[in-house]
Amino acid sequence: MLQLERVVLAQGAFRLTADWAAEPGALIAVMGPSGAGKSTLLMAIAGFLAPAAGRILWNGSDLGPLPPGQRPVSILFQDQNLFPHLTLAQNLGLGISPRLRLGAADHRRVAAALDRVGLGGLHNRRPAQLSGGQLGRAALARALLRARPLLLLDEPFAALGPALKADMLALVGEIAVETGATVLMVTHDPQDARRFAGQVVLVADGVAATPVATADLFARPPQALRDYLG
Amino acid sequence: MNYPMLAAGISVLALLATESLAQETPAQEKPVLTVLTYDSFVPDWGPGPAIKAAFEETCACDLRFVAGGDGAALLARLQLEGANTDVDVVLGLDTNLTAAANATGLFAPHGQTGSFDLPLPWQDANFVPFDWGWFAFVHDKTKLATPPASFEELAASDLKIVIQDPRSSTPGLGLLMWVKAAYGPEAAGIWEGLADNIVTVSPGWSEAYGLFLEGEADMVLSYTTSPAYHLIAESDDTKAAALFAEGHYLQIEVVGKLAATDQPALADAFLAFLTSDAAQAVLPTTNWMYPAKTPSAGLPEGFGTLITPETSWLIPDAEAQAIRQEALDEWQAALAR
Amino acid sequence: MAGRIGALAIAAILLALTFGTLALVGWRAGAGAGGFALGPADWAAVRFTLMQAALSALFSVALAVPVARALARRRFAGRGALIALLGAPFLLPVIVAVLGLLAVFGRAGVLNSALGWAGLPPVSIYGLHGVVLAHVFFNMPLAVRLVLHGWQAIPAERFRLAAALDFAPGDVARHLERPMLRAVLPGAAVVIFVICLMSFAVALTLGGGPGATTVELAIYQALRFDFDLSRAALLALVQFALCALAVGLAAVFALPAGFGAGLDRAAAPFAAGGWRRWVDGLAIALAAGFVALPLVMVGLRGVPGLADLPPVVWPAAGRSVVIALASCLLSVGAALVLALAVARGARWFGLVAMLPLAASSLVLGTGLFLAVHPFLRPESLALPVTVLVNATLALPFAYRILLPEAQGLEAGFGRLAAALDLRGWARLRWLVLPRLRRPLGFALGVTAALSMGDLGVIVLFAGDSAATLPLIVQQLMGAYRMTEAAAAALLLVGLSFALFALFDLGGRRGVAA
Repeated sequence: MLQLERVVLAQGAFRLTADWAAEPGALIAVMGPSGAGKSTLLMAIAGFLAPAAGRILWNGSDLGPLPPGQRPVSILFQDQNLFPHLTLAQNLGLGISPRLRLGAADHRRVAAALDRVGLGGLHNRRPAQLSGGQLGRAALARALLRARPLLLLDEPFAALGPALKADMLALVGEIAVETGATVLMVTHDPQDARRFAGQVVLVADGVAATPVATADLFARPPQALRDYLG
Repeated sequence: MNYPMLAAGISVLALLATESLAQETPAQEKPVLTVLTYDSFVPDWGPGPAIKAAFEETCACDLRFVAGGDGAALLARLQLEGANTDVDVVLGLDTNLTAAANATGLFAPHGQTGSFDLPLPWQDANFVPFDWGWFAFVHDKTKLATPPASFEELAASDLKIVIQDPRSSTPGLGLLMWVKAAYGPEAAGIWEGLADNIVTVSPGWSEAYGLFLEGEADMVLSYTTSPAYHLIAESDDTKAAALFAEGHYLQIEVVGKLAATDQPALADAFLAFLTSDAAQAVLPTTNWMYPAKTPSAGLPEGFGTLITPETSWLIPDAEAQAIRQEALDEWQAALAR
Repeated sequence: MAGRIGALAIAAILLALTFGTLALVGWRAGAGAGGFALGPADWAAVRFTLMQAALSALFSVALAVPVARALARRRFAGRGALIALLGAPFLLPVIVAVLGLLAVFGRAGVLNSALGWAGLPPVSIYGLHGVVLAHVFFNMPLAVRLVLHGWQAIPAERFRLAAALDFAPGDVARHLERPMLRAVLPGAAVVIFVICLMSFAVALTLGGGPGATTVELAIYQALRFDFDLSRAALLALVQFALCALAVGLAAVFALPAGFGAGLDRAAAPFAAGGWRRWVDGLAIALAAGFVALPLVMVGLRGVPGLADLPPVVWPAAGRSVVIALASCLLSVGAALVLALAVARGARWFGLVAMLPLAASSLVLGTGLFLAVHPFLRPESLALPVTVLVNATLALPFAYRILLPEAQGLEAGFGRLAAALDLRGWARLRWLVLPRLRRPLGFALGVTAALSMGDLGVIVLFAGDSAATLPLIVQQLMGAYRMTEAAAAALLLVGLSFALFALFDLGGRRGVAA
């Protein structure tokens, strides 16, 4: 279970507080105005930003001492989720072994993951030869291989068309169910939240609020959300 | 790309290690005489190999040359090492450096007797001369039919010359002393006259001579014996040295024994050998200087064509030390246009 | 963590080799040398040194910009070969390059022959302008390479965006090129400034007289002719201070460009048409001529003697190649560790990496000799010391080449690598080496060729047998054998250039130009 214990994030004059826990397996949308600190929250959980105060816990143990790669976390950034100089198979292989020491079984897992996201047979392509949707799928395939219990999505699909994005979210949902992962997904689109997420964390005015059920939130939106939705 | 690189790196380092180990192993259990000398003494075309072979035939020893830069670098190295050196003999200091060398107190009296064929009597207790030459300006006869016959004529001409820097080269220092010896208090005036003739001042002899051969100057400061190289080695008789009426300055190259040597007898034998016929006969056509003792077979053919100055200058050590800074200042002031 | 420990160890070695050797020389000078101050001649040397270095850096960088821009936005047959050729002057042994320049610009050179033929008065190369000309010849091509790297580091996506927004060439300059130049030029200028600060033979040979005395020459004089160690140490300190000043100024003026990462898409060069085509063509032609002509003359001088090179040349050449390979691996390895540490925020490693540039090689050699002599016969260490010293002196160049790309690597992919737990060897193998392939190849080429040509420091260690090719060239010149010396120099240049081209092309192969 992910737990944010009186966490204070600070970057220059910017401050963001969070003090809540996420249910195991929850699918949570992170919403809020631009610059409110949605990405900052994810970066802190992923280990790229140390909290100024408070602790981030996973199943009761403090994540603070762990470097990003050793946290129970997979993260998809807005872009640059794949190394351009490596093939798709190598990029995915990094999810199994960072040293790329892969046995026959591992290669089969990589191929299966590519099939699973609809990229079967493209293992020798490099990222520059793929479309935006394919890049997203490849990154998801790697998250599938890593099978970390916490999946953070920092708007990796923002650039995709509605149909494609819906496909990707569905894929995320399936992967989350398969791996039992808790998902935190930054989004601007209330549709995404309604369709995909059971809960929403509203980030506004220096506070990342406790997750609330999506339906309840949109039924009785607080002032900050009304301002945001316009 | 990293694995082949790593392998290459390791093999390269192994190679280096074996090479430096190979140097460390002594050839046999014979006594070793270590001679520190300048770079141009040791190569195949220098006097080193012939002298080593001839001396080892007589000494039942191993003669080891250590090349240590130019003459000035040899002295600097000895001063860095102090008495804690395994050098036994230093070969290749010259009369511009002997005063400083004597002042270090590192050298022992040479104990050699007998006379030398030098233009001036030799008196130094620690150093034995092995070859010598007169400084002179060298030119190409086909391009310059009537060379100047004095510094004054040179200064009055619009000929271009290359000289060496007295702060980094012994020929450069030799020229400084030459002008000082011949002109005394008027030396500064000579330098002012020469300033517009000097194309440039090079760090060492080889750069200057190279510039001259490339046609960058009409004349270069070198030795009266330089034309002999072109004549004998290249069958080229176009080079000549200009005879100056005020006389020419001498450079005498010397060899000395270190007081701290653990092979004093061998060192003495080497000093004696170096002034013997066997060694002296090698020097004219390898070092391209006059031998300090003319070999019984005489000088090689070709040396007879060289100019022979009537007056030879050499400022005694103590005096040279005393006037060096003043002469340098004059030179610098005159040339820093 | 291992990277950090490595960087600390390398920094410690560099500090020992620079300040350590300087301190040793100062300490050996000992008592009785106290209260020494620099005289008026020394200050004149400082002024001349600063002046020629500043002018050389200014002209090198200013001339490099149009050439680099032309090379960045034009594609033509022989472009790759020309870029490789630009590496050559920097890698020439000084005296060889000076003779090549004189064959073009000297009294009997091509230029003055042409002027005479046209009935015009001759021009003299000797003087401050000659020193600057020679330094520009050595360093302008280096600046071109550094600036060109800067241009290529702007992701193709940005140029695509510029094209989509219908930027005129002026707009591209303002929004993309000037920020890049602001980031790249101060660094390039300071490197060249510092290289020229250390100039000795060029300044003296082409300076035309004692007015062209540099600090390094004054150090040489103090060490060799006066055996005044305290004065040498003091002058070396002055050099350090001047370099520190230059590096500090550059740090103030250099701003990071912040273009972010791209996707390695093949770049369609942003090639403005019209008169700019002709300007670019002219810039490329002039630069190529300026660089190639003296090289051609070096070749022409060397060819006649090739047939009767003395046999000692060949083992010496082999030894030089081995030294160069060992030096370049050592140097680039150390530079990479430091560049990665700096890219991750430990900025002071960058200052340490630049230290060897500011070190007087004469003082470094003397200090090392003092350190080694009590324990070992110095000449038995000739080769290892040569490798170490060459690697050290070449390290700043390798570092400067690697740093911008290491920073780009960290900015673009540092987080992703961390998120995937890519560390240590795996990070090196799967991220750093492939992403930095091109600058690594370039850096290896530069350091290998520099190590082929250099011999300054090792004179004190030079031994009985292990002559290297540059030493042979010097020995031949010292024995009137100018034709053979020219041929041996040509061999040296050929080998240096072959090593450089091998690494450089190896680095560029498979990377989109």
